[in-house]
Amino acid sequence: MQDVTIIGAGVTGSAIARELSRLDLDVLVLEKESDVCEGTSKANSGIVHSGYDAKPGTLKAKFNVEGNKLIHELSKTLDFPFKENGSIVLELEEEGRAGIEALYERGKSNGVPGLRILEKDELLKMEPSVSSNAVCALYAPTGGIVCPFNMTIAFAENAADNGVTFKLDTEVKNIEKKTSEDGTNYYRLETSGGIIDTKVVINAAGVYSDVFHNMVSEYKLHITPRKGEYLLMDKMAGDLVKATLFQLPSKLGKGVLVTPTVHGNLMVGPTAEEVEDPEDTSTSAEGLASLFDKGAMSVEKLPRLTITSFAGLRAHEDGGDFVIGEVKDAPGFIDAAGIESPGLTAAPAVGAYVAGIVKDILGASEKKDFIDTRKGIPSMALASDEERAALIASDPAYAHVICRCELVTEGEIKNAINRTLGARTVDGIKRRTRAGMGRCQTGFCLARTIPLLAEALGVDEEEIVKSGNGAYYIEGKIKDSL
Amino acid sequence: MADRKAELIIIGGGPAGLAAAASARKEGLQDILILERDTRLGGILNQCIHNGFGLHTFKEELTGPEYAARFIKQIEDEKIPYMLDTMVIDISEGEGGIKIVTAMNPKEGLFTIEGKAVILAMGCRERPRGALNIPGYRPAGIYSAGTAQYYVNIEGRMPGKKVVILGSGDIGLIMARRMTYEGAKVLCVAELQPYSGGLKRNIVQCLDDFDIPLLLSHTVVDIKGKKRVEGVTIAEVDENRKPIPGTEVFYECDTLLLSCGLIPENELSNKLGVKMNPVTNGAFVNESLETSVPGVFACGNVLHVHDLVDYVSGEASLAGKNAAAYIRGESGSDGYLINIKTENGVRYSVPTTVRTGNMPDTLTVRFRVGNEYRDTNLAVYLDGKQLMKLPKRVMAPGEMEQIILVKAKVNEILKDSDVSEHEIVIRVED
Ligand SMILES: Cc1cc2nc3c(=O)[nH]c(=O)nc-3n(C[C@H](O)[C@H](O)[C@H](O)COP(=O)(O)OP(=O)(O)OC[C@H]3O[C@@H](n4cnc5c(N)ncnc54)[C@H](O)[C@@H]3O)c2cc1C
Ligand SMILES: Cc1cc2nc3c(=O)[nH]c(=O)nc-3n(C[C@H](O)[C@H](O)[C@H](O)COP(=O)(O)OP(=O)(O)OC[C@H]3O[C@@H](n4cnc5c(N)ncnc54)[C@H](O)[C@@H]3O)c2cc1C
Repeated sequence: MQDVTIIGAGVTGSAIARELSRLDLDVLVLEKESDVCEGTSKANSGIVHSGYDAKPGTLKAKFNVEGNKLIHELSKTLDFPFKENGSIVLELEEEGRAGIEALYERGKSNGVPGLRILEKDELLKMEPSVSSNAVCALYAPTGGIVCPFNMTIAFAENAADNGVTFKLDTEVKNIEKKTSEDGTNYYRLETSGGIIDTKVVINAAGVYSDVFHNMVSEYKLHITPRKGEYLLMDKMAGDLVKATLFQLPSKLGKGVLVTPTVHGNLMVGPTAEEVEDPEDTSTSAEGLASLFDKGAMSVEKLPRLTITSFAGLRAHEDGGDFVIGEVKDAPGFIDAAGIESPGLTAAPAVGAYVAGIVKDILGASEKKDFIDTRKGIPSMALASDEERAALIASDPAYAHVICRCELVTEGEIKNAINRTLGARTVDGIKRRTRAGMGRCQTGFCLARTIPLLAEALGVDEEEIVKSGNGAYYIEGKIKDSL
Repeated sequence: MADRKAELIIIGGGPAGLAAAASARKEGLQDILILERDTRLGGILNQCIHNGFGLHTFKEELTGPEYAARFIKQIEDEKIPYMLDTMVIDISEGEGGIKIVTAMNPKEGLFTIEGKAVILAMGCRERPRGALNIPGYRPAGIYSAGTAQYYVNIEGRMPGKKVVILGSGDIGLIMARRMTYEGAKVLCVAELQPYSGGLKRNIVQCLDDFDIPLLLSHTVVDIKGKKRVEGVTIAEVDENRKPIPGTEVFYECDTLLLSCGLIPENELSNKLGVKMNPVTNGAFVNESLETSVPGVFACGNVLHVHDLVDYVSGEASLAGKNAAAYIRGESGSDGYLINIKTENGVRYSVPTTVRTGNMPDTLTVRFRVGNEYRDTNLAVYLDGKQLMKLPKRVMAPGEMEQIILVKAKVNEILKDSDVSEHEIVIRVED
């Protein structure tokens, strides 16, 4: 019997796993995809929100502010890219000043540090590219940008290093509440990889979290996937703005953000559209076109330098707040459901909170040998010449360039494959190392990454996939079908 | 102190880099070093196993590797040093305009090379899907045509079996034929523009001969498939290149190849601060193919995208020759400065400036037009005086055009002028 089983290896499940790995427990994470961070956690704005946005008193507000503080720390101990670049909410119409003031007050009651209202002059001095229509703005210095993949992967790797088991390609199909002969409760999980019995279940299944909740509880949840599309622009546009620029919601809609990413690209998004299919991450012509127009409201000289576009799905629960805690009529079943924005920011705080609940339920004690640090994959692109020389001395593969746009070497790719929870797919390599994330979008590196993966995994190149079963690249040899 | 030295450093060992090196050596320059990141010389030609190369240079039809081999042989015969598997990651200028190139390879690690002159010959890359703003899913099975070419021609593997090609660039056209030969079904080639982006001969030999339809004024408006491509939707576009509702047709396929333009690979040039032409995405150069940074020359696809490798070789020879002259200290800039302006259908020119003191007896100016033109003329003016008017039956964006400036004629017009700057205008006229 498993002590704890977590459904979903997104940022929420991974952060919970990491906090649970401090305890003397058998923890298992089940993930239907071939890698961690394949759901919403891979497709979002990557903003570490400061916390002025959520309604005071909500779980969103509480975990956002706590999570923001934790990420500042964790980015160092777990070695993932994070930058405190500050957030700015722009008011683009005179009558909206009251909106900025309300946001300021809300932020203060949520306990957000350092908030300040910027008048036009100061705003333009800080961000010269901002539209001249801006009237005033709210400045939140603790807002930041993070690499959502590497944060999630860091949590998962550190959890695995501390004994948590991750079963990938394993889909949970059904959950049944059971009682054992001695009268204790447990849960039986039917998965694509067999039956798993577990004392505690943690439901961190993202857009599917209502499904699992509803299998065990009479108090139903209902999640609507809300799609958000993005444009990602070339690094040439990356220093157009320093802070993350939001727009104050107005009669024209919620607005989009224009932000540098932590890796130095420029990103514009998201749209907001409710969809039926919880797998519908397609982009649309209308969506992409509207993003450009809306982004240009914040930054008039938005360049047409898109290198890719993508979409993610917010897990919006009808109640509008996160649903976190042990389910009333299902003891031992803990929800981390409806985790829409600011879920990325909140994750480490949610992780600690949920681990606390589990600790109480199972009466677990702290491990003595918990490893609380993790080292990321070195980056030749970011290293100094001295660091580069040292890396190459450690393994000449660090001098063999695989991705020309982002300067990623064979050394980094081998590291990504051979580490804890290493990459098994081309996307897995991409998210861990940035190979293929640059302006040519795998045009150069694909044919170089696939052989490295095939060799390391001991399979033929035909077996290598982009992101999971069926996402193959190669269909046999030439002349096969003649 | 740099780890190595070479008078002339050539970045890229494709046809441009090779021809530049051979020509610099012919000029008597001894100390040359070619840096190539691939495991062999030859550049993109290594994967172009079709024939059609060298018609101008050698008066015979060679395959890409055969064409490259002729230049590689010159490099070997002349014992010009080159380093393979070596990626240049930075170029900067040191004291006295000295060039410092930083590179790395698994054998020698990270190292710097000091040189007097540098030739940029890094080639180009293909425009990716994201830059085309094609909506839909993002599954496996979407390749640049060049990646597909690499798989088929170098690895002998099929990137897919049922193929739609977006963009009628030459690589896409060549791949339509190649994939068909190798057992794939190519359903169609869709092209956004009302004209093809590739050479006429490739449309005939690669599409018409295989009954592959070319859909002009069409584009992909949706991609279906969460893991692997399952199909694409193609729609007709109006004169503003916007899809026309109601014209959508779904094509079931497992592969989408993109052949929608090439972009010069100028990351290094940008870092060095070389001034770039936003039309070509290549450097602005003068008659010597020298960029805005003295002693840094550019040629081949990194300068502007060529359709024929023969022109690349010719251009690169000139760059090599001029770099050698620069190193000898012979590139005085007496004479007049002529700015070349392009208008009325002519999109850009290479070069954009001419220093008459350095002008060879005849100077080739290359350019492309922005639209398809029939029965028009190419007119060239110097300070308002017509230098030539060439009747042109057909001109198209897919085919590079050129004019030849004759030094004697230019001098005749400019002689005794006491203004130092002059202007040449190239335009399409009725
Ligand atoms: C457009 C957009 C922008 C956002 N921007 C921000 C932002 O800037 N800042 C911020 O803080 N937050 C942001 N968010 C929110 C944040 O991205 C999410 O809250 C967070 O990623 C949710 O993580 P998760 O782990 O709960 O869900 P997910 O990442 O979706 O993880 C759920 C996992 O469960 C797995 N799973 C599902 N069903 C099963 C099953 N049956 N069996 C096994 N595994 C299963 C899935 O495959 C998935 O990996 C944004 C969200 C969106 C959509
Ligand atoms: C698919 C395809 C089909 C073609 N078909 C024809 C045809 O039928 N007929 C014809 O005449 N022409 C054809 N061409 C055109 C012709 O091949 C090109 O014009 C020619 O190859 C360009 O030469 P280049 O040296 O400028 O670039 P490339 O051949 O691309 O060479 C550039 C070299 O620089 C190297 N390099 C780049 N950056 C660095 C760095 N940082 N450090 C070290 N090395 C670096 C690259 O590895 C490469 O080897 C075709 C081109 C392509 C791409």
